[in-house]
Amino acid sequence: MTTKREKTVKWGEEPKIGWVEAMYLPAVMSGVATAVRHAFSGKPMTRQYPDVEPEIPPNYRGVHRLNRDEAGRVKCVACYMCQTACPANCIEIIAAPAPKDDPHWKDRDKYPATFTIDELRCIYCGMCEEACPVDAIELTSIYDLTGLSREEMVFDKEKLLSVFDKTVQSGKDPVRTNRGVLGPASEEAQSAKQGPPPPGRGRHG
Amino acid sequence: MDLYQTLTEMWPSLWPTLAAIGVILAFVPVLGLYMTFIERKLAAYVQDRIGPNRVGPFGLFQAIADGIKIFLKEQIIPDHVYTFIYFVAPTISLMTAMFALVVMPFGPVPVDYQEGFRFVVAPGIDIGILFMFAISSLSAYGIILGGWASNNKYSLYGAIRSCAQFISYEIPLGLSIIGVIAISGSLNLEKIVAAQGGSIWDWNVFWQPLAFIVFFTSALAETNRLPFDLPECEQELVGGFHTEYGGIKFVLFFLAEYTHIVTVSFLTALLFLGGWHFPGLTGPVDGSLGGMLLRTFVLVAKVGGVVAFIMLLRWALPRFRFDQLMGLAWKGLIPLGLINLVLVAIVLTLELPKHLLAGTALLLFVAAVFSSYQLQRSMNQTVNARALNNGVRGVSA
Repeated sequence: MTTKREKTVKWGEEPKIGWVEAMYLPAVMSGVATAVRHAFSGKPMTRQYPDVEPEIPPNYRGVHRLNRDEAGRVKCVACYMCQTACPANCIEIIAAPAPKDDPHWKDRDKYPATFTIDELRCIYCGMCEEACPVDAIELTSIYDLTGLSREEMVFDKEKLLSVFDKTVQSGKDPVRTNRGVLGPASEEAQSAKQGPPPPGRGRHG
Repeated sequence: MDLYQTLTEMWPSLWPTLAAIGVILAFVPVLGLYMTFIERKLAAYVQDRIGPNRVGPFGLFQAIADGIKIFLKEQIIPDHVYTFIYFVAPTISLMTAMFALVVMPFGPVPVDYQEGFRFVVAPGIDIGILFMFAISSLSAYGIILGGWASNNKYSLYGAIRSCAQFISYEIPLGLSIIGVIAISGSLNLEKIVAAQGGSIWDWNVFWQPLAFIVFFTSALAETNRLPFDLPECEQELVGGFHTEYGGIKFVLFFLAEYTHIVTVSFLTALLFLGGWHFPGLTGPVDGSLGGMLLRTFVLVAKVGGVVAFIMLLRWALPRFRFDQLMGLAWKGLIPLGLINLVLVAIVLTLELPKHLLAGTALLLFVAAVFSSYQLQRSMNQTVNARALNNGVRGVSA
């Protein structure tokens, strides 16, 4: 009776060893040699994390920040786009009309009176910054977000602006800062400032 | 009055013994703790890591921190254990491990045993090595009682495995030693070392390479170290025989294991690697302090080398399956040990040159492997052919 093998079954073969290998000792010694080689390689893979901080790529999506414009005001125009886009419902904005009689606020209809992000609820998907027409909200490369209470982890406007200040100071702007014009509002502001944006830059520009 | 008189009479021979006991008692726990540190460091280097480096310079105080932590742990006694045996088992384990060190020269011991400090607790025991084997195989009791007292399937399995392993590997261990004893003509450890006192070619490892292989393998199995650590393999048996043990009781088991490693390394160095002899440092032991210290250093360096090798083996070899473990002892090491024994007997009886042993032993080793390999292969072929004929493998659904 000849062997019939199932076509769909993959038959594994035990690896064949020669009689020299059957002595085990050469294999054992080569194993020890490998161990010794690694022991004296002097190139440990360990990252000594709290002592040596890792290089985080600038497109990392970490803690949010609220950008400031040139005048130091919050760039946000309280359009609710991010709050609408957010799949985790972690952004809460209360808009207020911009002070009409102040010449300083002439270019703005609204501004956020409060702007809170629950950092514990956020899933760091980056859809808020995709949605933002004026590049006001961005995710930075700050990754070590810790706190002692849940209340502490709900970031308000001042906290988010301070994250902006901190990242600008340390020169760790996210790459998406320079991605160009995102929408009509941003385009208008930009063209007023420096003419039309360079073509082919950024996703929407 | 009588007691005082006896003591003063005994004092010249008493104080060296007490001093040696003190040295051993002081060193074994510290050594055990620091061997864990060295092992962790070595393991880290082998795996391209850094290892413990937080406590003190290079993490050197890690061992002390571990020691303090484990001494301060809560003593938990599970409800279901046999309390008395549960407490006795770890002490038996460590006691036997340390008892074996009694006849172990941890430094040069002159064979004329003059007065003064000697690097051994009980010098000149003529059955030294027998005593050592007898005592250290008692340590199986610690493991078996521990596993039994834990009243737990995993622990019991660990204990049973350990028992079977001890019984099997005692045989090749004994067989491999007999050749050495026959050549040295003594069971006394100091005399065995003194017999290797000539040039480097007098070391037993060159006369008895096969015995060395058999001895080292089975000694490794006796220590329950990694390629043979079936009694405590975590993946199968949770923690093995010490699953139910914690805190200081666990440390006793742990110290016993490391003491066993030290014992085995000392035995390897003394029996096969020439003890405290080294090229340029041969001949009988002189009493000078410098010579003593130098020889102690040589011996300790050899032991350290063996310990490091044992630790490296842990990261080079995977664990044996239990049938493979038994197969290695009964089908591999015991026949090899017997072959070697017959060879030594022939050479000694016919008064052939001793150095003939090395080449012939290795040749016999290769021949034995080759023949068993061929035998195995032809057997496998028969089995496979039969299996194929019966259609075992290719049955269609």
